[in-house]
Amino acid sequence: MIIPNQSNIQLDAEGRLKHFLTIDGLNRELLTEILDTAESFAGVSERTVKKVPLLRGKIITNLFFETSTRTRTTFELAAKRLSADVLSLNISASSTSKGETLLDTLRNLEAMHCDMFVVRHADSGAAHFIAQHAAPHISVINAGDGRHAHPTQAMLDMFTIRRHKGDFSPLKVAIVGDIQHSRVARSQILALNTLGVEEIRIIGPATLMPADPESLGVKIFHNLEEGIQDVDVVIMLRLQHERMSGALLPSEHEYYQLYGLTDERLEAAKPDAIVMHPGPINRGVEMDSQVADGPRSVILQQVSYGIAIRMAVMAMTMQRQGGAQ
Amino acid sequence: MNHPATLSILNGHLIDPANGIDEPLDLHIAEGRILAIGSAPEGFHAGQLIDASGLIVCPGLVDLSARLREPGQEHKATIASETAAAAKGGITTLCCPPDTDPVIDTPAVAEMIQHKAQQSALCRVLPIGALTKTLDGEQLSEMVALKKAGCAVLSNALTPIRNTLIERRALEYAATFGITVFLRPEDPHLRNQGCVHEGPVAARLGLPGIPGAAEIVAIARDLALAEQTGCQIHFCRLSCGASVAKIRQCGLPVTADVAAHQLFLTEDDLVGFNSNCHLIPPLRSHSDREALRQGIADGTISAICSSHQPHELDAKEAPFPSTAPGLSGLETLLPLTLKLVDEGLLSLSDAISRITSGPAAVLGLPLGQLGIGSWADICLFNPRQRWQLTADEMLSHGRNTPFLGCEFTGQVTHTLLEGSITYHRATDTQST
Repeated sequence: MIIPNQSNIQLDAEGRLKHFLTIDGLNRELLTEILDTAESFAGVSERTVKKVPLLRGKIITNLFFETSTRTRTTFELAAKRLSADVLSLNISASSTSKGETLLDTLRNLEAMHCDMFVVRHADSGAAHFIAQHAAPHISVINAGDGRHAHPTQAMLDMFTIRRHKGDFSPLKVAIVGDIQHSRVARSQILALNTLGVEEIRIIGPATLMPADPESLGVKIFHNLEEGIQDVDVVIMLRLQHERMSGALLPSEHEYYQLYGLTDERLEAAKPDAIVMHPGPINRGVEMDSQVADGPRSVILQQVSYGIAIRMAVMAMTMQRQGGAQ
Repeated sequence: MNHPATLSILNGHLIDPANGIDEPLDLHIAEGRILAIGSAPEGFHAGQLIDASGLIVCPGLVDLSARLREPGQEHKATIASETAAAAKGGITTLCCPPDTDPVIDTPAVAEMIQHKAQQSALCRVLPIGALTKTLDGEQLSEMVALKKAGCAVLSNALTPIRNTLIERRALEYAATFGITVFLRPEDPHLRNQGCVHEGPVAARLGLPGIPGAAEIVAIARDLALAEQTGCQIHFCRLSCGASVAKIRQCGLPVTADVAAHQLFLTEDDLVGFNSNCHLIPPLRSHSDREALRQGIADGTISAICSSHQPHELDAKEAPFPSTAPGLSGLETLLPLTLKLVDEGLLSLSDAISRITSGPAAVLGLPLGQLGIGSWADICLFNPRQRWQLTADEMLSHGRNTPFLGCEFTGQVTHTLLEGSITYHRATDTQST
């Protein structure tokens, strides 16, 4: 490598979180700090007054270039519980269709004195790009960029796992489905490895596996029963309908036959194994309704923990610039 | 072109790989051509002298691929701006691919480009004609008319011909008239929506990958058609180690080039989504890079080119997959090639051959060498001068290079095209 290296732009000179773009490059202490901070916020939702004044007077803009319900709503709730003012923009329907560049959109929002951007975009690297070009006082949180990363989703999954299992080190975790196109899986794998689980397995046909999976530190299985044998956590991924047209799979029917999670198949996992899914679920494709609504499913808890994790990340990135009062 | 009557280059170290020269020798020039090497002929009086003490004197560089963006994309660059950058880089001949707008698929466009280049008079510009009309891969271009209009070779630029039968016909027709065809080997189906090498870095960054097989499949197909048709084929911008092996073993008289940056950068340089490393073909693995270097060392790859693709600032200011691929490379072709000498891969003479006589032989033109009677296209450089590449000092309108801020050793001091000085760096040497 002879050209200048682009260092980790997520951290400031003191190693504190400035942006939250990817799990890549963050150490175990920092991830644990996020989980601990989220733990302290988890109680806020159960109070009568569901607010803390940490980010009072701050403006947070949700910049969603791709549609989303769950993620956008939980980011909005998280910001409101921290007492920030929130602006939610669905950009795909406005500026870009008029030919405005991403940079122009950004400059306009900066002129409105925003303090934080929460970004979702269809291109991998979009959040990095915005972080590199935003004014120095602005923090950027990645709410999903292309196939690259969805770090708050991964952290809320880690939070869910920790609440149920406590220690990460003895855990075997299986991730089932379309790993190749999944920003969620990529972030989960990085977080699980950083937090030091014993084993990560990815399960699916070769057409849905990433290039060079060994470099990600995972074991590959093509058979669901073998893959979830004795695991503590089963994470099911959403299967996009467009995977059929791209010749990646023959049909949803065959996918369900091979990789759909049923109560019967779940027998192979540990008796106390939990089942997770980032949502929205395709019932009868990735999993049976009995599993999704069954006693081992923690899918709805994931959603509520999402608020605490997003509060934690917002508070931590803003604290750095004296946002806490 | 107005040739100065007479000129001598004195006290330099002459390296002319095509003629096996690597020693201190003077050069004497008249009417734009090499008149004598060593001592001046009886009665010769030089109207101009260049003192080349401490400098290497070599043939002007021949670049097999440099996009000038004119006609059609003058907001990126122009023939005037890019030929000035070429001269600064020691380049005296460059080939301009046909993917201009309009495409170089008629004699008029080919002639217009040459005419504009002659007005600037900073670099010899050889248009590459389109192999198929509008590069659509369906109808053959008027190949003979393009050749007559000055197109040295033909190519379908970055657009692969999807239909194998049409590629066969195009190669057969070109072979009939002895026209060399440049092919950029890429299977468009395997390329799909990819923008980086399909490997561990793509897996980590979640960027859609282009497998090495996209190039290797195309090379296998093109080699079979080269054998079938007897067409003289040149492979452009190799990126995979397996491609080098295939070409080395094929037993056909095909030639190949590689972009200079491909010998230094790898997929690891994408970390942080550096859009200046968004290149097609993509930066590949370390082992691919080593195999390309071996191909350069053993001559399987006979030419190093700049693959110059200047862009305006905005083209690189977007999320990585939405940025335009390509880098601005005219001003780093020589320094990167010299770095291969520093790193012990090549002798200085062999390195110079890969950017002079090697590419000239691919074109089948008597350029890239300094034999008596040849055009006095000459590059003089100080092999010990250290310098840093900065955006401010670049002459290309495209500042899109990942090498900004890098230190290089070896800097051009003079460039001569047909005996006229097209670039002179006013530093420690003087011309009188």
